[in-house]
Amino acid sequence: MSRRSPGTPPSVQPLGRSRWLTVHGVMTYLFLYLPIVILVIFSFNVSRYVGVWRGFTLQWYRALFANEAIGAALRNSLIVAAASAFIATVLGTMVAIGLERYRFRLRAFVDALLYLPIIIPDIAMAVMLLLFFVLSRISLGLWTIIIAHVAFNISYVALVVRARLAYFDVSLEEAAQDLYADEWQTFRRVTLPLLMPGIIGGALLAFTLSLDDFVITFFVAGPGATTLPLRVYSMIKLGVTPEINALSALMLVISIVLVLASTLLAERRVG
Amino acid sequence: MAFHLRRDTARLLALISPSLTWLVVFFLLPLLIVFAISFGQRGPYGGIRWDLTLANYARLLDPLYLRIFARTLAISLATTGISLLIGYPMAFFIATRPRRWRNGLLILLTIPFWTNFLVRTYAWLLILRDNGLINLFWTGAVHTTIQQLAAWFPLPWWDELLRATAEPLRLFGTDGAVILGLVYGWLPDMVLPCYAAVERLDPRLVEAAQDLYANRVRAFWRVVFPLTRSGIIVGSILVFVPCVGAYVTPDLLGGARTMMIGNVIYSQFMMVRDYPFGSALSFVLMALMLMGTMIYFRLGAEEERRLA
Amino acid sequence: MPEYAVELRGVSKSFGPVVAVHDVTLAVREGEFFALLGPSGCGKTTTLRLIAGFEQPTSGEIYIAGQPQREIPPYRRPVNTVFQNYALFPHMTVYENVAFGLQMQRVPRAEIRRRVEEALEMVRLPGLEDRRPRELSGGQQQRVALARALVNRPRVLLLDEPLGALDQKLRKAMQLELKALQHRVGITFIYVTHDQEEALTMSDRIAVMNQGRVLQVGTPEEVYERPADRFVADFIGETNLLEGLVTEVQADRATVRVNGTLTLQVGATEGIATGQAVAVAIRPEKIALHSQPPGPYAIPGVVHEVVYSGADIRYLVRLTDQTLIQVRLQNMGNGSTPHFPREERVYLTWRPDAARLLTA
Repeated sequence: MSRRSPGTPPSVQPLGRSRWLTVHGVMTYLFLYLPIVILVIFSFNVSRYVGVWRGFTLQWYRALFANEAIGAALRNSLIVAAASAFIATVLGTMVAIGLERYRFRLRAFVDALLYLPIIIPDIAMAVMLLLFFVLSRISLGLWTIIIAHVAFNISYVALVVRARLAYFDVSLEEAAQDLYADEWQTFRRVTLPLLMPGIIGGALLAFTLSLDDFVITFFVAGPGATTLPLRVYSMIKLGVTPEINALSALMLVISIVLVLASTLLAERRVG
Repeated sequence: MAFHLRRDTARLLALISPSLTWLVVFFLLPLLIVFAISFGQRGPYGGIRWDLTLANYARLLDPLYLRIFARTLAISLATTGISLLIGYPMAFFIATRPRRWRNGLLILLTIPFWTNFLVRTYAWLLILRDNGLINLFWTGAVHTTIQQLAAWFPLPWWDELLRATAEPLRLFGTDGAVILGLVYGWLPDMVLPCYAAVERLDPRLVEAAQDLYANRVRAFWRVVFPLTRSGIIVGSILVFVPCVGAYVTPDLLGGARTMMIGNVIYSQFMMVRDYPFGSALSFVLMALMLMGTMIYFRLGAEEERRLA
Repeated sequence: MPEYAVELRGVSKSFGPVVAVHDVTLAVREGEFFALLGPSGCGKTTTLRLIAGFEQPTSGEIYIAGQPQREIPPYRRPVNTVFQNYALFPHMTVYENVAFGLQMQRVPRAEIRRRVEEALEMVRLPGLEDRRPRELSGGQQQRVALARALVNRPRVLLLDEPLGALDQKLRKAMQLELKALQHRVGITFIYVTHDQEEALTMSDRIAVMNQGRVLQVGTPEEVYERPADRFVADFIGETNLLEGLVTEVQADRATVRVNGTLTLQVGATEGIATGQAVAVAIRPEKIALHSQPPGPYAIPGVVHEVVYSGADIRYLVRLTDQTLIQVRLQNMGNGSTPHFPREERVYLTWRPDAARLLTA
């Protein structure tokens, strides 16, 4: 699987530093980034068509910012993401603590119930919630989107916080109690600060997932409750102007910046 | 923290009941509703008639739907296989870089993953569609080059090529396009578990194998592969499961001929308005997914035990 | 002032079917350096956690300074703990760590500052107030943990293998320092360790534990010289244990037959009867080796193995019945220690009171 030029000592790594491996790695990163780069480049293209460069322009971005429907969709998306991330973070953190710190009869049930929304395909969850809202005569709107997003975000937040709790050194809480902190003080001064990276991580994940969700939102959104992904989808389907290129490029850059920022934050927190 | 057992029950309830209530009302109850409706019948105006029937499940055996199930599985398997062929060596690529690079490379791998799925799929649409990047090149630069070549050296086979390059390549709307989109979407899910397994691998074991007269190929198959198999299993299921439930990718990159289960469910709810049949489809899809996940947990636990 | 700093009366602790601590009765005196010694899993840490209040006893009662502690949570007990891995709060500075207990007790700010500085001074760690625990070395972390506990001036300081994570050299230095510190502050220390040498070096008294039970409580000299049973004899220091039957009991000595062939004379213990199964315990350093039989009771054997280990030379001697006996001769240097090569015939002797008869 690898070639070793004569004279090099045997490599410690299983496959050595094979040249083929390097080629493969570079190709894979190209595969991952080329479509994104193409998308960004052509969002500045004068021509409506990708592949024919007719000069640099910002006209599509200008059109984008002038588009009120997109502004409204962005607003809706941010409302849904913030609300569902907040509710899910509070609820998910609580249930994570309950599950990690207590042994009780329903534990396996709660555990399974928390995993299901992660496992079940989006389309199935979308269908379930749509039928539920229709049958219970809850009119579709922003609220139904928030409810649906909380339902899957609780699971993700709980997953992240539980991972943090699993590595939590219980003797730190004992140390606090040994040093005259009562249970509430122990929670506030020791447990919560140490869980914070996990909670923030869970909240960021929930916010991103909510912002990104298309399928479930598509089913449970009422008229007028259009979020950004719904708008993007209809623009792709209708195949209209390169405004969609500009919008995609913007969303891409924003999420890259967010991911990098949260990674750097997490790295500083580690240790 | 368990000091006062009597107060503990109250505290536990306070901690878990909000989430429990939310999930029971907005997840478990809807799940049961779907299950119940899957035994109902379509009403005259798209409503539900509560005559209990197994007809919806029987309809799934119609060759039309069986074919869609088969195609869904085939596309998912192909996606998983290709992801493995790309992702497993990727794990080694990252693991063999200097330590200070590795985190950066992993982050680089996941960044596209965090960008909106629609946007990522749309990027491929721009490349693959009939007037997309590849076809502009094919019917443009390639076509004209052949025209010029034909003018300079008149040979019999140019006509064939000219005819071929006059038409755009059929990329968009094929199974291949869907598989490509899915691989692009889920590749990090394959690489990350494989990387975790490779990173955990003790390089001294490989040295030991080589010391015991195994050449590189044999050391790989006898030592490296068995010890990283857990990563392969986890990665494969993490890719396979979402593929089976895919909706957006086949919808945007596929066509009428590349329908997957997700698309059928969509059309049953949003177009045909046959809720009972759509529910039955969703339920079967969920059952498939749960089976996959259960195999995942089972195999995962077994691998852990094997390597413990 | 109550007589005992800590007292355990018939304390047991079970975790489900597992009995971690079994009917332990102990009394630790004021100002004492008291060690709980035993192998891992013997219940010594659980005993400490029961005193600290992290666990509630299944039965029995614990008294601290004469007060029963049932149902009293750890944050209301006048004891502080130095945890095994220190359990320093990673999100707080050294100063905040040490000040934590005083803040919880609502001590005025100015007094907190003074006492924290004093405590850091005491463990010889001034100037590191603003560091985070992860920026400290293992030894420094250990001192912070000590300061964090001592700053509260507890009635009793509980230490759970506090030197376990340190390397050998630092460990030896810290042993002496801890001992000196205890003298200076005059606080009762209860010290959990699995290292018998550490317990012997540092403690005023030692409780030897095994399988949840306290087997013997005594000064280091008592548990070393007069172990109560086979386990204590074996666990503390090195011991040759020879199983046999008592064949004859006289006023001051008993005769024991080992393996049916070997006859040993041992200083008798009270309550020994003829025909009883006993073990003869004899420390390797209390055996002398001779090349000629010095008297009628010398036991013949052959040198099986010789190990040179610096301060002393260890012999493994094979007796006529194939039993192997460890002998340790101090290396006096320059031929004053007789050197016996392998397979050489030797004779073993010891003072009758050096060997000990164990019935349990």
